[in-house]
Amino acid sequence: MLVMVHIMNSEISASCIERWLLVFAERILEKKDYLTDLDAAIGDGDHGLNMARGVERLRERLGSKLVAAGRPLNAGLAAATEPADAETNIGVLLRTVAMTLISGVGGAAGALYGSFFLNAAKEAASLLKNGADPQRNISIAEFSQVLRSGLEGLKQRGKAGLDEKTMIDAFEPAIDALQDSIEQGEDATAAFTAACQAAEKGMQKTIGMQALKGRASYLGPRSIGHQDPGATSTFYLFEAARKAFA
Amino acid sequence: MQKLINLPIDTVAESLQGLELAHEKILRVSHKSRFVYRADAPVHGKVAIVSGSGSGHEPLNVGYVGRGMLDAACLGDVFTSPTPMQYLAATEMVEGGAGVLYVVKNHTGGVLNMEIAMEMAAEREIMVKTVLVNDDVAVDDAANRRGLGAAIFVEKIAGAAAERGYTLNQVQAVAKRSSTQCRSMGVALTSCILPNLGRPTFDLPADEMEIGVGIHGERGRQRIPSTSADQVVELLLEPIMADLEVRAGDRMLVMVSGLGGTPQQELYIVYRHLHKLLTMRGVTIEQQLIGNYITSLEMAGCAVTLMRVDAELLELWNAPVHTPTLWW
Ligand SMILES: Nc1ncnc2c1ncn2[C@@H]1O[C@H](COP(=O)(O)OP(=O)(O)OP(=O)(O)O)[C@@H](O)[C@H]1O
Ligand SMILES: [Mg+2]
Repeated sequence: MLVMVHIMNSEISASCIERWLLVFAERILEKKDYLTDLDAAIGDGDHGLNMARGVERLRERLGSKLVAAGRPLNAGLAAATEPADAETNIGVLLRTVAMTLISGVGGAAGALYGSFFLNAAKEAASLLKNGADPQRNISIAEFSQVLRSGLEGLKQRGKAGLDEKTMIDAFEPAIDALQDSIEQGEDATAAFTAACQAAEKGMQKTIGMQALKGRASYLGPRSIGHQDPGATSTFYLFEAARKAFA
Repeated sequence: MQKLINLPIDTVAESLQGLELAHEKILRVSHKSRFVYRADAPVHGKVAIVSGSGSGHEPLNVGYVGRGMLDAACLGDVFTSPTPMQYLAATEMVEGGAGVLYVVKNHTGGVLNMEIAMEMAAEREIMVKTVLVNDDVAVDDAANRRGLGAAIFVEKIAGAAAERGYTLNQVQAVAKRSSTQCRSMGVALTSCILPNLGRPTFDLPADEMEIGVGIHGERGRQRIPSTSADQVVELLLEPIMADLEVRAGDRMLVMVSGLGGTPQQELYIVYRHLHKLLTMRGVTIEQQLIGNYITSLEMAGCAVTLMRVDAELLELWNAPVHTPTLWW
């Protein structure tokens, strides 16, 4: 019995990923004005608007699919850990998310989050294509590998790294923490909680940084003392992951 | 502050509808993919010039679509760069078999979305090359400089070169050469208001100015107490002259662009002093543009752009152009 619970808890299905993104969407829409205020202070005041446009498109794509698959949004954890249904392969799903963001958002955020999901999708597709069942769920270790590839794609697209006051400052520590926790044999709850906390800490650390990339970099030292809007939306992504996967 | 809009979310779409009605002989609008293109596109055998930006900078770039300049301009939401899919749709619409040049204004959103568009165009076997516009001397790190008014000079010259039958490589080369000869700097006297937000992006007290602003309503490099037009001109011109290493005998195109909320009257006051300073330094002004050419919604202030020209660049600049905003 204990073993069963452990397996259920450490597998990620396509519908689980959909739920993650829907929770994320909800959070972004709640925080739209706050994200925009953060961007107005050191950027051009559109990050909340950009992200809201993106997640609304995601809701149109994913929400309808979930409902069509007979899985209401409030179906809870049981539904979320069921094996993916026939059409929803995790790679395909992540690719749909990427294309929705790339085509629906614009700005830096659209290209960067889009590249994150596009590379994540490629990694998922290559993990799944070698196995017998391409529709299978993936382990949280595999999921962490998928996110890691997404991050590599984002960094490559943005030609950016840590400590430049961008979303990477939330992404990278979160994925590091997730991977560490999994490697230490901790369960999904512990792993996603650690990831969420690391994202939050990374986000807060951006306050003290001078922006070296993106629009905020034009302010030079005047960018210090403000929290990066992109790192903040990324924190919401990991907060949503904790809710959906932990 | 009030805006002459209907529903805030309809701002971009309705503005494009008006543009199309006003200039139906020159251009067409794809309302679905939100781009403006030449009425006679695609022009077979000609290199196509494609540009794009967020909206709120009008007449940039939509007002520069037409014979002798842009084949297409994509338009994003207010201050938000267009998506790769928009660029791809525009590219497919105007590509005439001789390749496409993208004019990219340097800033993260603009560069990344165009990069993705180029990768997609390459998958469809459309030849795309780019020219980067990065003329804003307010940004210290030269590699990170924003694109400002130089976009207009580069788009005009690339458009003329394409019209003359230059190949894609030749158009790109002349566009790059023009881009390296441009420098700009701007000043804001007020912030501006995004239609979907309804309040100013930043606070700027009535007795202060922001020196070194871009065109997205973002703050500038430095805040100074309000000062006279002549002094502002000196603050803008000196870094431009130093960076461009202007020497006596140089021939220049000069632009004083209002940012949207400054009267033409004041722009001429700016030009008056600019003209005096440049003449004193032995610079020949070959042509000047004074008016709202690249804006930031209703922001008050202006941006000064200088471009050093040689005989070829000047000839291309003077070649016929037929767009809503530039016409000769
Ligand atoms: N090179 C980069 N790499 C990673 N993240 C970046 C980079 N540049 C900017 N960002 C992130 O993007 C966020 C800003 O996104 P936003 O949606 O406001 O786009 P934008 O910069 O306003 O786009 P545009 O320049 O087209 O107006 C920043 O807060 C930062 O986290
Ligand atoms: Mg922004």
